[in-house]
Amino acid sequence: MNLVSLQNVAVTFGNRDILQSINVDIQAGEIATIIGPNGAGKSTLVKVITGLLAPTSGQVLRQPNLRVGYMPQQLRMDATMPMKVSRFLSLADPQRRNREAVFERLNLGHLRNSQMHNLSGGETQRVLLARAILRKPNLLVLDEPLQGVDVTGQAQLYRLIASLREELGCAIVMVSHDLHLVMAQTDSVICLNQHVCCHGKPESVSRHPEYLRLFGRQVADDIAVYTHHHDHDHDLHGDVVDSENHHHTGDHQGCRHE
Amino acid sequence: MNNNQALSLLEWLPMLTSELLLLPLLAGLCIATVAGPLGSFVVWRRMAYFGDTLAHSALLGVAFGVMLNLNLSLAMVAAGIVVSVLLWLMQRQTQIATDSLLGIISHSSLALGLVAVSLMAGSRVNLFGFLFGDLLAVGWQDLIIMAISCSLCLLLLLRYWRPLLMLSVDADLARVEGLPVERLRLLLMILMAATIALAMKVVGVLLITALLIIPAAAARRVTVSPEAMAFVASIIGAIAVTLGLLMSLIYDTPAGPSIVIMATACFVASIMIGAKRHGGV
Repeated sequence: MNLVSLQNVAVTFGNRDILQSINVDIQAGEIATIIGPNGAGKSTLVKVITGLLAPTSGQVLRQPNLRVGYMPQQLRMDATMPMKVSRFLSLADPQRRNREAVFERLNLGHLRNSQMHNLSGGETQRVLLARAILRKPNLLVLDEPLQGVDVTGQAQLYRLIASLREELGCAIVMVSHDLHLVMAQTDSVICLNQHVCCHGKPESVSRHPEYLRLFGRQVADDIAVYTHHHDHDHDLHGDVVDSENHHHTGDHQGCRHE
Repeated sequence: MNNNQALSLLEWLPMLTSELLLLPLLAGLCIATVAGPLGSFVVWRRMAYFGDTLAHSALLGVAFGVMLNLNLSLAMVAAGIVVSVLLWLMQRQTQIATDSLLGIISHSSLALGLVAVSLMAGSRVNLFGFLFGDLLAVGWQDLIIMAISCSLCLLLLLRYWRPLLMLSVDADLARVEGLPVERLRLLLMILMAATIALAMKVVGVLLITALLIIPAAAARRVTVSPEAMAFVASIIGAIAVTLGLLMSLIYDTPAGPSIVIMATACFVASIMIGAKRHGGV
């Protein structure tokens, strides 16, 4: 069953084509990552999927009772609004118990009484993620979740996102710039440049001629090597940690690389 | 302030409870109470310019009111609501930059209102009163209208507080979570239009946005939650109204501008308190 199904969707602003003939299905429980160069329409596609933007033409079918948890690229809350992290989250779920569970899960307890405006980029991202989770979504949409997160934190956040799928039983759609991490943790990749260049499993996408044209062979090769040698991760302090989620080296056994 | 003046201030204080001043004071306090939370939304959502536009167009309402021989308060509320719906529709389109459009609407409606009022009403209408407020002329009828309308506005704000807050936190988030964003926007605009029309008597067309923004901005410095900010803004507004009225009484200054000056003094004080608090730790 598809949670969301985009059929021949196009978006134009004025006379500029932003998206053309997009056919994308988001299946329950899958992690789909949207990649593409700047100006490819990634954020626009996310807006169509979440329903923030009605397509100029084409159809968007949503499963009834779809609950979307959305993590925007950045929070547009004005600096004039005083707001503690706990109050911010209580807007999503007034139940204290649920909030505490999410604080625990995302390791945010120490920020409970901090003002939203004093958070670092990475902390803000985690609070936004917490908010999206509190909605108990069956579709989690993350627009560049790694923005403002330092390199060591990125892998950790990515792993967290991947494990959330199991815990919440939700599908995850995200936009990402980081091809390395995308290739490691996602079920399907949507390579976007105003139209869907290619769409499929990471290993097949990474060998697709359109993908190679977009990102260049050098980058693609780097990633092919990287995904096969990645057997550890770094925590927030940069220390090496073992990751129970990194069995993908095995999954890629049949994958030919150049 | 020398001893004489300090003494006279004490002598003046009881005057506030005399009937002559009780009505203006109560009217001012009504407005200040609503202006706290509403002004907070104006600050959070950066709607100050909308406020100006609504206020200026209220003067057009006065002109129509005089022309059609209507109750001027109601005419202003009606004009404000019409313009707020227009502004709401305008905000939905994204093709033209709204700020220049707002500037055009704001100032042309002010000019049009001024010309229309002076042409039609001649000496029948106290133009100065509309521009800067005529608080001392508040009568029982005005006060009752204000009290009822302000309570209604407050009730609506309380009833829709959470969704309105979400709208101000992030409109996109609110929309994804299924809130009727456009209708909430309209509600906020209409509440603003109504409050502005009611507050005309207190501070006048040209100073209304000050009464909305300054207490809220002052409250921002000393609070840590949106609710506290809205509440403290009401308190600061009430202090400004009381002190401004006293000032107007003692020095025979126009009440509206005196209230705004007192609000500004509160704002300056809040900056100093805020700086002390952050620097002292």
